[in-house]
Amino acid sequence: MSKKTIMTPEDIRRTLARIAHEIIERNKAIEHLILVGMHTRGVPLAKRLAANIEDFERLKIPVGTLDISLYRDDLASLNLQPIVKRTDIPISIDGKSIVLVDDVLYTGRSTRAAMDALIDLGRPQSIQLAVLVDRGHRELPIRADYVGKNMPSSRHEEIQVQLRETDGIDEVAIISIPVAEEGQ
Amino acid sequence: MRTTQQENDPTLLVKPRTPLTTSIWQHHHILDLDDFTPGEIELVFHIADAMKEVLSRPIKKVPTLRGKTIVNLFYEPSTRTRLSFELAAKNLSADVVNLSTSVSSVTKGESLVDTLITLQALGANIVVMRHPLSGAPYIATKYIAASIVNAGDGWHAHPTQALLDLYTIHEHKGSLKGLKAVIIGDIRHSRVARSNVWGLTTMGAEVTLCCPLTLLPSGLDKQHHHFPEVSIEPDIELALDGADVVMVLRLQLERQQSGLLPSIREYIQLYQLNEPRLTKAKPNAVVLHPGPINEGVEISPAVAHGQQSVINEQVTNGVAVRMALLYMLAGSQKQ
Repeated sequence: MSKKTIMTPEDIRRTLARIAHEIIERNKAIEHLILVGMHTRGVPLAKRLAANIEDFERLKIPVGTLDISLYRDDLASLNLQPIVKRTDIPISIDGKSIVLVDDVLYTGRSTRAAMDALIDLGRPQSIQLAVLVDRGHRELPIRADYVGKNMPSSRHEEIQVQLRETDGIDEVAIISIPVAEEGQ
Repeated sequence: MRTTQQENDPTLLVKPRTPLTTSIWQHHHILDLDDFTPGEIELVFHIADAMKEVLSRPIKKVPTLRGKTIVNLFYEPSTRTRLSFELAAKNLSADVVNLSTSVSSVTKGESLVDTLITLQALGANIVVMRHPLSGAPYIATKYIAASIVNAGDGWHAHPTQALLDLYTIHEHKGSLKGLKAVIIGDIRHSRVARSNVWGLTTMGAEVTLCCPLTLLPSGLDKQHHHFPEVSIEPDIELALDGADVVMVLRLQLERQQSGLLPSIREYIQLYQLNEPRLTKAKPNAVVLHPGPINEGVEISPAVAHGQQSVINEQVTNGVAVRMALLYMLAGSQKQ
């Protein structure tokens, strides 16, 4: 098993600043914006993006959190039930532009579940997707509107995102698992 | 461990902590709380919190248990427990079948075991069962691969009621550790009391039972190690002194023909929870009752509908807690 750092704390800071600018640029009616972080690491990312937007535009953007455990399509095949965390979106999402925030975009299934969960909560004007890392291998017709870093990867590799708020450090790394182990 | 400097860092929005995981869940059936660990009960609280948020939405439905069949098998009348389980299952998108024994082949003499084997063949995933005989759900587990949830068996246990009581107390008090809980009423015939004693003591609360000695079950003395340690105080005012939690039980009028009580009127005089008596408890004490209430018998209307009563919250929390339990049981069927 080998680990290679692909984003340092400074890279992550710059990337989130850039994405915040892109969100401002693309959403003219910024007062209708809500950032929604997907548990677990989407939540601190959404909070950091909101803090950046507040810095740049002097406007406080509401931040919500979303748990998708109850919407997953793989509950039957998981060994362990995921812990269900609290979904908490402070205001009605009707007519709002939502930016979903997640750490890694992979198969697209979590995003599908998140969209289903959001639509059960109301009728947003639009849903956009911001991710720190896009590692490819989509299984559904889903793409991100804002991408921190494109990281083509093999399915044998693991993208590990660590954030100060949840893990104590800011780092994105790629971990290669030897194929021999995978083979069985 | 993290350093203090990091803990004081204002940029830390979420404090890193050991993640709670569902791997501590060991139950394929829910029969009583005597085999629950504090960790499992905390897990139920945690997931019930998330389920409560689902209940607050305009669309109170999530697709989690799509394609699962849940059977409510009730050999005894019930309004709130059956409705609560039915709503919990439907909110999770499970298919629910209600089997009431008064309209089923049970009236033709079909035995419990035959009924269970039929439910198994029909593909039930979870069977919620209420039965007048203590221990019936334990027997049921031997004949069916589905998960059994005990929704009340005789005088023995009613674990989901106890869990919703614990969750309601936890919501108000933050923690159950060190709380003084008093259970007043017909302890002898109460499966709710028995399951609550297990749950409360597991979570570190001190339990006092208060009732006429004739309504106390046998087997509470020290020689019987299979029951947790509780205090017994037949005087209601002494029992209530400094209490954080007051749990009032329904006086089971239908079970009072055997001469255990001289009269209902005497019981009201000595054991009814009324406003003057409640002042003996802590000012922020919460009052619980599993329902249905005999208003004016075990509890005065003023207390039942008063500031300290959490009886209506118990009903709402019941749905959230049962959703959490059905969710966890659906996971236990994979092994």
